[in-house]
Amino acid sequence: MEPTSQQETAHSSVLTLHVNGTPHTLTLDHRTTLLDALREQVGLTGAKKGCDHGQCGACTVLVDGRRANSCLLLAAAHNGAHVTTVEGLADGERLHPVQQAFVARDALQCGYCTPGQICSAVGMLAEAAEGHPSYVTPPEHPPGAPAALTAHEIRERMSGNLCRCGAYPNIVDAIGEVAT
Amino acid sequence: MTHPPPPLGTPAVRSEARDKVTGAARYAVEHTPPGCAYAVPVPATVARGRVTAVHAEEVLALPGVHAVLSHENAPRLKEPDDPTLAVLQNDRVPHRGWYVALVVADTPENASAAAEALRVEYAAEEHDVRLTADHPGLYTPQEANSEVPAVRERGDFDAAYPAAAVRVDATYTMSALHNHPMEPHASTAWWDDGHLTARDSSQGSTKVRDTLAQVFGLEQGQVTVVSEHVGGGFGSKGTPRPQVVLAAMAARHTGRPVKLALPRRQLAAVVGHRAPTVQRVRLGAGADGVITALAHEVVTQTSTVKEFVEQAAVPARVMYTSPHSRTSHQVVALDVPSPSWMRAPGEASGMYALESAMDELAVATGLDPVELRLRNDPDTEPDSGKPFSSRHLAECLRDGARRFGWDRRDPRPGIRREGDLLLGTGVAAATYPVLISPSAATAHAAPDGTYVIRVNATDIGTGARTVLAQIAADVLGAPLESVRVEIGSSDLPAAPLAGGSSGTASWGWSVHKACALLAERLERYDGVPAEGLTAAADTEPEVAEDSPYARHAFGAQFAEVQADTVTGEVRVRRLLGVYAAGRILNPRTARSQFIGAMAMGIGMALTEESTMDPAFGDFAEHDLASYHVPSCADVPAIEAYWIDEDDPHLNPMGSKGIGEIGIVGTAAAIANAVHHATGARLRDLPLTPDKVLPYLDPAS
Ligand code: FES
Ligand code: FES
Repeated sequence: MEPTSQQETAHSSVLTLHVNGTPHTLTLDHRTTLLDALREQVGLTGAKKGCDHGQCGACTVLVDGRRANSCLLLAAAHNGAHVTTVEGLADGERLHPVQQAFVARDALQCGYCTPGQICSAVGMLAEAAEGHPSYVTPPEHPPGAPAALTAHEIRERMSGNLCRCGAYPNIVDAIGEVAT
Repeated sequence: MTHPPPPLGTPAVRSEARDKVTGAARYAVEHTPPGCAYAVPVPATVARGRVTAVHAEEVLALPGVHAVLSHENAPRLKEPDDPTLAVLQNDRVPHRGWYVALVVADTPENASAAAEALRVEYAAEEHDVRLTADHPGLYTPQEANSEVPAVRERGDFDAAYPAAAVRVDATYTMSALHNHPMEPHASTAWWDDGHLTARDSSQGSTKVRDTLAQVFGLEQGQVTVVSEHVGGGFGSKGTPRPQVVLAAMAARHTGRPVKLALPRRQLAAVVGHRAPTVQRVRLGAGADGVITALAHEVVTQTSTVKEFVEQAAVPARVMYTSPHSRTSHQVVALDVPSPSWMRAPGEASGMYALESAMDELAVATGLDPVELRLRNDPDTEPDSGKPFSSRHLAECLRDGARRFGWDRRDPRPGIRREGDLLLGTGVAAATYPVLISPSAATAHAAPDGTYVIRVNATDIGTGARTVLAQIAADVLGAPLESVRVEIGSSDLPAAPLAGGSSGTASWGWSVHKACALLAERLERYDGVPAEGLTAAADTEPEVAEDSPYARHAFGAQFAEVQADTVTGEVRVRRLLGVYAAGRILNPRTARSQFIGAMAMGIGMALTEESTMDPAFGDFAEHDLASYHVPSCADVPAIEAYWIDEDDPHLNPMGSKGIGEIGIVGTAAAIANAVHHATGARLRDLPLTPDKVLPYLDPAS
């Protein structure tokens, strides 16, 4: 990687991203996406680039606790943000329960969608716990009450993450195991 | 003393699972060598013609641009076997999306901006991109893909068909399909003292190494290709694709390491697709449903760059009793991108048509579709007359029917309503040939009781490392944990690709042989010598032997669908497959392959299509927003089961391939279920709402 001088120009800015708890102060081209900043500047390649257009979810990370397609975010607009990538989920050697469930249920094949699936699942579990409804949540569900994560709910809420290997049935099982 | 279960046949967890769930597994462009530059290719914007000018100088003035390569200045290549790899060698544009230039810059942003800005001028010519069943350019090739004869005739179809008591004559069409693995094709390449190294997203890096050596005029020892983790391929990374040649060229031209990840929107034109087909199937049968005459005639397209003929009529040579048979392929070379392998090439398309026609024959004869297939289960392979090494299609059908609850099915179409929904069920059979290629491997025993297996296998998501370790542990009588498997580099013993559902059989046989040799040697020693002990094996002689048997895997798929009479949307409610594929070596990873391929079959049936835009001469669907890979909500809980087959005529493990058969038959089972649900026989995949809705009556 070329050394970056910490100087702003008309085309670049100096900004700080807190990635998995570690601050990174970077000089970034204004066109740089959060995904490219993570992969090419910070050196964390867990977040994948499947489409670069917000269509596949492979680049999903947690930005200030919420799941987001990092290919759609310009890094320059996220100075000071706290970003969690798949590399930041495990507690040392101890895998995050979602990671553990993916291993146990063989919820992956090629593994290229997997970091995005896992970050998305972690974000989704929090959304459901906070009572965010989905398209398939029954209208009579009390506002704000935690949503029950049936397989149907999980499929709906995880549909922003494509898996061409077709590991969906195992992904749904794995997330369902963590949700209960 | 406790006896751990024998390693082979147990559901061992895939060995790289932890690396994949923690993000530690690195793919082709996830190592950045110092001084690395970024390359972005520039696709042609005309469908046919010549490049008349490349305004490189304008782009070289932009920030950070190191180089612009085009046919004017790109390194000359020795002519590759695969003409799609002859990139930037001349001014000809054979189809839209063909690469005409490559921009190399210091950052991904500068490279993309410069590639976007590059002005290329063309002398465009009239193009012809429309496949029709009566295209004047259609011809009969010598062979279809997989080196099978394009035409086979047995008996006298023309006499037998008109004489049959019951006849079905139907034509099925399918759009082109794209593999779209989640990792786009990508390479990192660098030259060091005359040695070329590439990290490439490929299904077989030995072949990539050989190809790079050939086109750059190098010895094989001067090239290393690494494919450590590969984000799927499904055939589209089966042989080298342009990205690795371009990356190597750019690295040579600039003297820097170069990363090149193809943008998703460029893939449709340059890495292959399943060609569209027009398939006419004619079945003649007695009133008892036994087939007397069968014709499967396929019309398809290739490019002007190379001939690739989707061998869709081939499964009709294997499946059913058919004393009078004609199976043929015709192809036309159009100004379109070059087709290539996509999961179960031939079988996936062909069995959609054949198994749909079987469903129509079941309706015409009034027989249950399962029963019809049982009545046409042949004793020997119809085309060759060879006995089957094993064939348990009947058992798959019966077991699947029992698990699915098929006996409760009312055959009448269009009568099951649930509010606005119409429900139906369908069945189809599946088949896939047993393929195998020669492979080399070494097995090493260390004095500490551990073993190292080395073979250039590739893990594209099948769990190759794991199953090879299981095979080795089994032969060596060692615990699985004591075996380490090294794969994914062309510096390892040469091995064939992960493709044709042949990887595990091919690599596994060489691992088996090397381990058996090693075990034999270990017996002669009193303990392992300090430097360890190594045995090497090559399966060339074994694989060269012709088998007196017809060897295929078989399966049966059952589907339940709902069709929404208001929107026309078809959804799969249940999907169940039963397979007979030899010995299943790892039930955990095998099940994942079966259900994954069945999920892809849902896409083939309902959502996926690449349509040709006649005006621009290009596929209209360029990205994952327009090309609809099934999403999580499209895929129900899929069930996959298998019948234990004990087949001694395959390889020492007794395994058949399992990576592709799951997609074969799935689309037909779904389409047949749509007929059962709605009463409409739709013969054009995918069954999107616009096609289905006109046949549906809202709840009356
Ligand atoms: S890479 Fe971001 S959504 Fe596909
Ligand atoms: S595991 Fe390969 S794309 Fe999901």
